[in-house]
Amino acid sequence: MNSTAPVTTPTAAPLRRGPTAWKSGAMQGRIAARYAAERRFRRTGLAAVLLSGLFLAFLLFTMVGNGLRGFTYTSVAVPIDFAASPLTVGRDAFTAPDADQQLAGAGLREIVDFAAEEALGADGAALISENAWRIVRDELKANPDKATQRGTFALPVASAIDTAAKYDGTADAERAVTALREKGLLSTGIHWPFFTGADATDPAVAGIWGALKGSVMTIMIAFAVAFPTGVLAALYLEEYAARNRWTDLIEVSINNLAAVPSIIFGLLALSVFIQFFGICQASPLVGGLTLALMTMPVIVIASRNAIKSVPPSIRDAALGVGASPVQVVFHHVLPLALPGIMTGTIIGMARALGETAPLLLVGMRAFIGDVPTGFCSASTVLPMQIFLWSDQVDRGFVEKTSAAIIVLLIVLLSMNALAIYLRNRFEKRW
Amino acid sequence: MGGTTFILLMLVLGLGVVGWLSARVRAALVSARGGSRLHSLPSYHGWYVALWLAVPALLFLAVWSNISPALVTNDVLASEAAAKLPPAGFQRSAILGEARGVAAGDRPMVGNPAAGPLVAPYRTAMAKYQMIGVIATLALLLAGGAYAFTRIKPDFRARTRVERVVMVGLFGASLVAILTTFGIVLSLVFESARFFSLVSPAELLFGTTWKPGTGPAVPDTFGAIPLFWGTILIGAVIAMIVAIPIGLMSAVYLTQYAAPRVRRWVKPMLEILAGIPTVVYGYFAALTVAPAFRDFAAMLGIPNASTESALAAGVVMGIMIIPFVSSMADDSINAVPQAMRDGSLALGATSNETIRQVLIPAALPGVMGGVLLAVSRAIGETMIVVMAAGLAANLTANPFASVTTVTAQIVKLLTGDQEFDSAKTLAAFALGLVLFIVTLLLNIVALRIVKKYREAYE
Repeated sequence: MNSTAPVTTPTAAPLRRGPTAWKSGAMQGRIAARYAAERRFRRTGLAAVLLSGLFLAFLLFTMVGNGLRGFTYTSVAVPIDFAASPLTVGRDAFTAPDADQQLAGAGLREIVDFAAEEALGADGAALISENAWRIVRDELKANPDKATQRGTFALPVASAIDTAAKYDGTADAERAVTALREKGLLSTGIHWPFFTGADATDPAVAGIWGALKGSVMTIMIAFAVAFPTGVLAALYLEEYAARNRWTDLIEVSINNLAAVPSIIFGLLALSVFIQFFGICQASPLVGGLTLALMTMPVIVIASRNAIKSVPPSIRDAALGVGASPVQVVFHHVLPLALPGIMTGTIIGMARALGETAPLLLVGMRAFIGDVPTGFCSASTVLPMQIFLWSDQVDRGFVEKTSAAIIVLLIVLLSMNALAIYLRNRFEKRW
Repeated sequence: MGGTTFILLMLVLGLGVVGWLSARVRAALVSARGGSRLHSLPSYHGWYVALWLAVPALLFLAVWSNISPALVTNDVLASEAAAKLPPAGFQRSAILGEARGVAAGDRPMVGNPAAGPLVAPYRTAMAKYQMIGVIATLALLLAGGAYAFTRIKPDFRARTRVERVVMVGLFGASLVAILTTFGIVLSLVFESARFFSLVSPAELLFGTTWKPGTGPAVPDTFGAIPLFWGTILIGAVIAMIVAIPIGLMSAVYLTQYAAPRVRRWVKPMLEILAGIPTVVYGYFAALTVAPAFRDFAAMLGIPNASTESALAAGVVMGIMIIPFVSSMADDSINAVPQAMRDGSLALGATSNETIRQVLIPAALPGVMGGVLLAVSRAIGETMIVVMAAGLAANLTANPFASVTTVTAQIVKLLTGDQEFDSAKTLAAFALGLVLFIVTLLLNIVALRIVKKYREAYE
């Protein structure tokens, strides 16, 4: 035993210890305690994972629970007799370019209110939405024959009545709903104006199409600017750039831009795009440019990773058969890296699509009651619509907000699913 | 003007295509007739001609569309009708703008009688400069195209020239990142300098009262300490108390314990959590979480409980950050060499002991770097705090009370109805500058830690 004593401590007493008594009660107890700690630790880890899953489930459940009814609306069947109370305009007014103004001036609203009072009682005009006549107008425009006959129209009820029909409303509204139900006039169905309309102060006609179209146009601009710039910058940095200070500066600024808070891009856009260049405020153009600056670093980083993963042998082979450096990159490296680049780009675009903060600062939070027509017309985007509706006091907007969130999440999830599909389908492992 | 520009653009692009096709054909013919081989492929000759056609014309169009309005205005001001205009100022520019709108056909009729006589001069000036623009563009198109077309010869190095243009394009694209960075820094610094000429930096950084826009009777006070405190309380304290334990434990479980099948399900779930837009988290915080916390606080009898509490915003922000912390911790734990883990297990340590005493200490720098990045993200987050944390600048440690943050105040200051030059809007840029510097420092430190630690194990 002496020969195995540590050399460094020659003065220490020789270590004498028998074999460990693994079977002893004390040892068994320690092992049991260690295993118990192991189990506890493992369970804590599982609990952490489950907790995040639970948060996600709770969030989605809340949104779906609140939002599903936002896609429906209560309407009441009202007969309108255009033969008895005719409109003051002729048939060609329905196809005229300014049909909306002509019909608004032709007393349509009064006719609809009158018909509601006839059918539903003295307070009938208050039971239907103040915008119900617009629904009638659109139906007449689609089918002008109806404008001279007697017909039954499903008119959206007032917001308070809709709330009472779906949940608990005020006592007055509840009474009205009970009365209408007894007559069998109420029906609830998919609310198409929600998919075709723009923002409005009345939940009966407020829709997401204006915001969705604004989102699509904004993203188109962002893509058209950020994708070519990002991919070309990545090609330059990965394939051609010499290692020098200048390249380092570019790399550092790209990495930092990827981590700059999004609201800073809003400040940049406000002072440069709007104050300095005077680009049309609150438009998809300026919003798209802002988001492009924000997404470009993400695209550069994803593209560089995709380009890096193309093996050098491909480049060597192409150079070997006489291709020029530009031909090597554009004929061989870029096509092979494209699936990876597209995956990164789609994920970046999905992030841009859900972004709100920088767009708040370029004026896109204004109330826009029309569907945007051009890249320079005032517009809003879907996340902004959600933000604006979340501030509304009217109870009817709670479900509209959640319904808009459902639409946004579906769009984002399908974009991410597309990215994952592209990755699995086209990405090569070398 | 817009319509003409569009037609010209289409014309330039169309002629570019025509030039490309015809130059290709010509290059092939030249080589076939002369019997000598081309230096460059025919398509490079095509690109050469197309570039000469399109680039000068497009550059001219870009410059022209910027300077021609000024030329038009000059012409109009020199005309007789302009003599009666009021002196320079808001009224004058309003009249000019209206006359221009009418002349361009953007507006139906003249509302301001003073603008009426100016419409005709505007029309003539516009027509004149439009004509000049069209002719110059066409001349440039033809000259460039003809010049390039005559250079098509077998030994002409079209490929080298085209590739040089491509390289310039690539380099230009990579400059956009630098330009953006400079743009951010310059605009923030410039506007902040204007703010600091009105309010001293010391007041902003060390003042404890934040009351902008209280009205003309009371002077604005821009002491941002309550904002900084709110930002730290929500982003660096409450959110991290939620995100670090859950994120770290998730990463440990996923890398060390979970079966591959479980990982296949949990990873996408975390990605979904990370992909949910912040406005949705904000709505969730405001609609569901905040009222629940307020009721809870009221039940405990805590004073100042508010629907817009720091706790609600912080907790939801923490949930949002979980996937980020988890993936950073995941990377760091995976980067620890397998030998260290195997060695610990071989000595008889349980997995739990190995993780706690070997893996996590070894991965700690990486985890710390990830946490710093997460903090930088949390303090720059806007929508959750705008929707759930409120706008009252309170200096309080009570998490159930309402606090405000730097980002929420930037939004509030810039979405009101005041003119751009007021101290209030400039204050937003000063806050933005502070936010930018702090996040930049956090990012630089974090990336350095992560990089150093990676090198240590490679």
